[in-house]
Amino acid sequence: MSILIIAEHDNCDLRPSTLNSISAAQAIGGDIVVLVAGSDCAGVADKLSKVPGIKKVLLADNPVYSHHLAENMAPLVAEIAEGFSHVLAPASTTGKNLMPRVAALLDMQAISDISEVISPDTFKRPVYAGNVIATVQSSDEVKVLTVRSTAFEAAATEGGNATIEQISSVHNQDNCTFVGQELAVSERPELTSARIVVAGGRGMGSSEGFAMLEKLVDKLGAAMGASRAAVDAGFVPNDMQVGQTGKIVAPDLYFAVGISGAIQHLAGMKDSKVIVAINKDPEAPIFQVADYGLVGDLFELIPAIEAQL
Amino acid sequence: MKVLVAIKRVVDYNVKVRPRADATDVDLNNVKMSINPFCEIAVEEAVRLKEQGLANEIVVVSIGPQQAQEQLRTALALGADRALLVVTEDVLEPLAIAKCLKVLCDREQPDLVLMGKQSIDGDNNQTGQMLAALTGYPQGTFASKLELTGDNKAMVTREIDGGLQTLALNLPAIVTADLRLNEPRYASLPNIMKAKKKPLDTSTPDDLGVSITPRVKLLKVELPAQRAAGIKVADVEELMDKLKNEAKVI
Repeated sequence: MSILIIAEHDNCDLRPSTLNSISAAQAIGGDIVVLVAGSDCAGVADKLSKVPGIKKVLLADNPVYSHHLAENMAPLVAEIAEGFSHVLAPASTTGKNLMPRVAALLDMQAISDISEVISPDTFKRPVYAGNVIATVQSSDEVKVLTVRSTAFEAAATEGGNATIEQISSVHNQDNCTFVGQELAVSERPELTSARIVVAGGRGMGSSEGFAMLEKLVDKLGAAMGASRAAVDAGFVPNDMQVGQTGKIVAPDLYFAVGISGAIQHLAGMKDSKVIVAINKDPEAPIFQVADYGLVGDLFELIPAIEAQL
Repeated sequence: MKVLVAIKRVVDYNVKVRPRADATDVDLNNVKMSINPFCEIAVEEAVRLKEQGLANEIVVVSIGPQQAQEQLRTALALGADRALLVVTEDVLEPLAIAKCLKVLCDREQPDLVLMGKQSIDGDNNQTGQMLAALTGYPQGTFASKLELTGDNKAMVTREIDGGLQTLALNLPAIVTADLRLNEPRYASLPNIMKAKKKPLDTSTPDDLGVSITPRVKLLKVELPAQRAAGIKVADVEELMDKLKNEAKVI
């Protein structure tokens, strides 16, 4: 068996989710080849060549791949995929955008968001917003998979010595043009890879409530998250949303502050190692998943916690 | 401009599904079914384009059981002009659905295809991207804003990890709706009555020449591992003590 992994990166840095996909590939077993497609991204290929267990890094360095547009990336991946038994990518918005397009070009039925490898053709994945876990078996020749990052450990980053091979193939569809992007700029760690996440819900009451939470976030060196209710109420931007339709996180420590614990939210954070819930309602469902629950007024409790750090 | 909207009949989002006793699939007996919420947003977006005078015809499509007529009638009541139902009682996978939609795109020649980014049953998030591959159209997935700029292009703002991305797509294009694209309206009673008279044509995957034989076998379904509830602490001091000395996370 041989496995092709599509690296996720911003042309400078490798996204940690790629390392989780490498672990998933190791669980499947076989030769692992990683594709780095982008523009001026040779540094990313260098980093990946040091990851133990990778046989080869393919580098497709061309301006047409700089924004990872699915229109250009999918034919490239489909072309390289020939001869591989598996093609994997992180189940991020980039991977989800790309991989079904690759699968359809190969006439394969993709499997999204795998959370466990049972055997090389059998996988577990969450369905119905994480309320049910399905075990599915693929009969396709090439298994096209996206990987739920929080379900697999990150692979080590040092000790390997893979060869780097240039790919010169250029696919440039002129029907889609990148116009621009606005990425949230933050000194804080990235939400999906942070060791500690502090998330606020509707109970924060306002954007000012979140400003208070920020002090705790920064003292802990944490990332800030939010429930869908807080995002919909306009307290914080969309990209902070934790839940089935937002980010899936599994930090060492998760603070749920003023979050009731709707199933949608739980689906995004219940794999955290330690969960702390702070809520004024002792019956809030969040307490059913919390290791430590504290009932009371968060506007008094949060400054008190911060003072103790 | 013609807009084709693909919708799916799914378990209503308020229903908490459970595995069947024999764990072969989830139990869908006597549960409420609805239009997939993301598909409803796609229908709403099409209707708004028509209200703005940018679209002149909305064709709504579904692939599924006969009962999916109910969801198509709902979409007609929301403002779609006519409906197509590809009837099958068999298990459908995203690739098979995309292949049926490809044939319908060839016949209908829409300028824009709108769909939900994913269905809330299978959570696959694949069909739009697959249809884009099969038709060769550009794709604007997870859209939170759609603007037709008049030069046969669509500007699509996409919700991506870490922020927003904007793409200019040449029409025809596929756009899949994310939650914040719009807030769908409710169908009014007069419109529900009128929708009953709108045309709804049916066909089968065989009529379209599409094989829908599944590639992926569902072996079993189970509830996720439950987290045991922990303890309630009395105050901030006890919490900090537990986090430092018991959980050792700070």
